[in-house]
Amino acid sequence: MRNPQLNANGELTHLLTLEGLPAPVITHILDTAMPFVGIAEREVKKVPLLRGKAVFNLFFENSTRTRTTFEIAAKRLSADVINLNIGVSSTTKGETLLDTVDNLVAMDADIFVVRHAQSGAPHLIAAHLNAHDRSHVHVVNAGDGRHSHPTQGLLDLYTIRHYKKEFHNLTVAIVGDVLHSRVARSLIHGLTTLGTPEVRVVGPKTLLPEKVESLGVRVFHDMREGVKDADVVVMLRLQNERMKGALLPSAGEYFKHYGLTPDKLALAKPDVIVMHPGPMNRGVEIDSAVADGDRAVILPQVTFGIAVRMAVMSIIAGN
Amino acid sequence: MSPTTPMPLASQIPDAESVLAALAERMRPAVAFDAAFVGIYSGGAWIADRLAKMIPGEHPVGYIDVSFYRDDFARSGLKSGAKRSELPFDVEGATIILVDDVLYTGRSVRAAVNELFDYGRPARIELAVLVDRGGRELPVEATYCGARLAVARNLSLVLARDGEHLKFGVESAAEA
Repeated sequence: MRNPQLNANGELTHLLTLEGLPAPVITHILDTAMPFVGIAEREVKKVPLLRGKAVFNLFFENSTRTRTTFEIAAKRLSADVINLNIGVSSTTKGETLLDTVDNLVAMDADIFVVRHAQSGAPHLIAAHLNAHDRSHVHVVNAGDGRHSHPTQGLLDLYTIRHYKKEFHNLTVAIVGDVLHSRVARSLIHGLTTLGTPEVRVVGPKTLLPEKVESLGVRVFHDMREGVKDADVVVMLRLQNERMKGALLPSAGEYFKHYGLTPDKLALAKPDVIVMHPGPMNRGVEIDSAVADGDRAVILPQVTFGIAVRMAVMSIIAGN
Repeated sequence: MSPTTPMPLASQIPDAESVLAALAERMRPAVAFDAAFVGIYSGGAWIADRLAKMIPGEHPVGYIDVSFYRDDFARSGLKSGAKRSELPFDVEGATIILVDDVLYTGRSVRAAVNELFDYGRPARIELAVLVDRGGRELPVEATYCGARLAVARNLSLVLARDGEHLKFGVESAAEA
């Protein structure tokens, strides 16, 4: 079966996951994002690429940062942006997801940016559009359940490439709540596709998925060993709101073992970069001295995220 | 012209280096001392680099990629290899010489002028091209032109660079 993200010519038409996305497609997105970074430094921060197109932000799950950066990205491409807070409208009246989508297509939607607590919801929408001859309408996954968050993965890859140039000589340590993290899954797929020789996941057994090694990563339970000689350390947010049952003794205990402090960071390479997808829990997974320190590239990640989302939307809209 | 028009003979393809010399000769008395040269990627960028050194004055050099301003996006999507535009001078109030290798339909120039205005309001924009091949689809004319040449519609004139040496080649328009 054809990859549902690609059209008959092998070009990206929906962005649903980085899993199984060919390396040239990922590289093309990163390359295209580069000139978009320059747009943000101009007097007029807009290009006319998506003039007349309508981008619908369908957020079935709350998110301020991701929704805002998608909105900024779409507006900088001159698209019209419609934000729908679905949680409080149609679905509460009993409308199904696909009926909602059909209605919005009837309103001439061109791109759906979808966030959903249910893994696979963006796939379902894309498959529905493909099956009903509406392949001119595109879907971008803005995070589905624990499954995937491909634009976050791409902006992480962009950030790493910006500071480290290449992937083939890097050691990347991803630390924390990998179990609940769609960000970690997307980044791991992207890093391995682009040929990163060593990807590590670091965390307590209770926060790492079973058989995580099958993703091609090395597993560490001791943080000091896990960050040793790393070029990149990616800290994950401790997702309290997803935590069910007692996976952890306490936030304080977690910080003692897995919080990124200056002394733990000192074990990594001297030119290490520290990333975090946000929002940060200071004093839980990261020490303020690190978050505000000179190795952190957490705010550039946000800026690059807008350019990466511009690249994704302009590539899929043209295919 | 019919699609069976033969490829021009090698002798009919202009020598880019001598055309560049002729273009610089025409521009020398007319170009403002502080005019900025802005080359349209990729051919125009190479020429802008060369012209800025050949024309007396203090000329900042910038480069512009018109991918995000093209009018055929809806038809053919985003081309790969888009570069970042670099304009390391204040566009507001500047005199700008926009530089391209081949002037044909005028659509790239339209896109480049639109992009320049998103950086500021230039005092004046002039256009310098190596070759004007006719076939305009927009009301655009070059201020300075190295050579005029009729080229069949099914062919494209493509500038290549070997080291610093510029050379024209001819390709079938489908490949371009």
